[in-house]
Amino acid sequence: MKQGHFTLIAILLMVVAFVAATMFHSSGEEKAMNERVSNNSTALIKDYSVKAGNPNAKVTLVEFMDPACGTCAQFHPFVKQLMQQQAGKMNLVIRYLPFHQGSDRMVAMLEAARKQDKFWEVLELMFATQAQWTINHVAQPDVFMGFIDRAGVDVARIKQDMNNPEIAKIIQQDMADGKLLGANKTPSFFVNGKPLPSFGYQQLQTLVESEVNVNY
Amino acid sequence: MVEQTEAPHQLETNTTSWKLLFTCWLIAMLATLGSLFFSEIMGLIPCELCWYQRIFIYPLAVMLFIALHPLDTRVVRYALPLAIIGTLFTLYHCLLFYGLIPENLQPCRQGVSCSDEGMVLMGVLPIPLLSLAAFGMIAGLLLKIRTLAK
Repeated sequence: MKQGHFTLIAILLMVVAFVAATMFHSSGEEKAMNERVSNNSTALIKDYSVKAGNPNAKVTLVEFMDPACGTCAQFHPFVKQLMQQQAGKMNLVIRYLPFHQGSDRMVAMLEAARKQDKFWEVLELMFATQAQWTINHVAQPDVFMGFIDRAGVDVARIKQDMNNPEIAKIIQQDMADGKLLGANKTPSFFVNGKPLPSFGYQQLQTLVESEVNVNY
Repeated sequence: MVEQTEAPHQLETNTTSWKLLFTCWLIAMLATLGSLFFSEIMGLIPCELCWYQRIFIYPLAVMLFIALHPLDTRVVRYALPLAIIGTLFTLYHCLLFYGLIPENLQPCRQGVSCSDEGMVLMGVLPIPLLSLAAFGMIAGLLLKIRTLAK
């Protein structure tokens, strides 16, 4: 039927146009992303940022994360595992993108815990208990405060230190840097300044391994 | 349905109706694929009003296709309300976008504002305006088909 052919051709044309536009867009996007990062390389790491691993390692993984982000919690064990696999060869820098409502207070708790050298313990606890204090994508800092002592911190000091106005500045700077670098989702990873080609565990591992191979 | 015993003028009407309906379907398809391209490929987050418009355009893409094979102009009865409601949403959205309705009246949540400047494609084409054009044309063409069928 002639009319049938007409619609079939229209569908085919639309599918081809969609695929072509997608390919065109993603190639442009990848280029733009790399350019953004190389133009703003000082935005990747700040002196104040939390760091882990060998400071002299030649591979640096920068993670922009949100304590209330479910995917960040799921990725956390994997990032730790990567750090162990590449022990001595890579280090980790944590940046904050508290997109969830209330999450800036969670970051404040992390920064307060850092003063007691308990950053990682508190972060582990946050991720492990995330479902209890993140309700409908809204972080409930008071709920978490109810059991933060499990991480072995001085709770009274946390409550006091988390009101430090410096913390708000750190968050503001991290959010601004994230924007400059095009990190608009959490977690966003950069390995030696290179963004992930597409999101996923495997892509992160491949990128880390290729950087290790190039540098060692 | 195209009947075997139709008079020549009826056949002609049907051909015109088919073409008009085909155009409606094409617009609905372009709007559907376009909106999916914006959100899934370009990563633009749809604002709340965009979601309501999506609700009314996606079924049109399917419904109008079915009505083309074979031609069933009674589809106007089902498609027109969707197109009209969609047009009302886009009108409201355009008024918001151009600041003719104050921001605090809008139902969007924090994060993505319905009057965000990110909604302008390549610096010239505002997405709410594209949506208004799509819904408006579909509604207009459906009305035309309805008059032809009478």
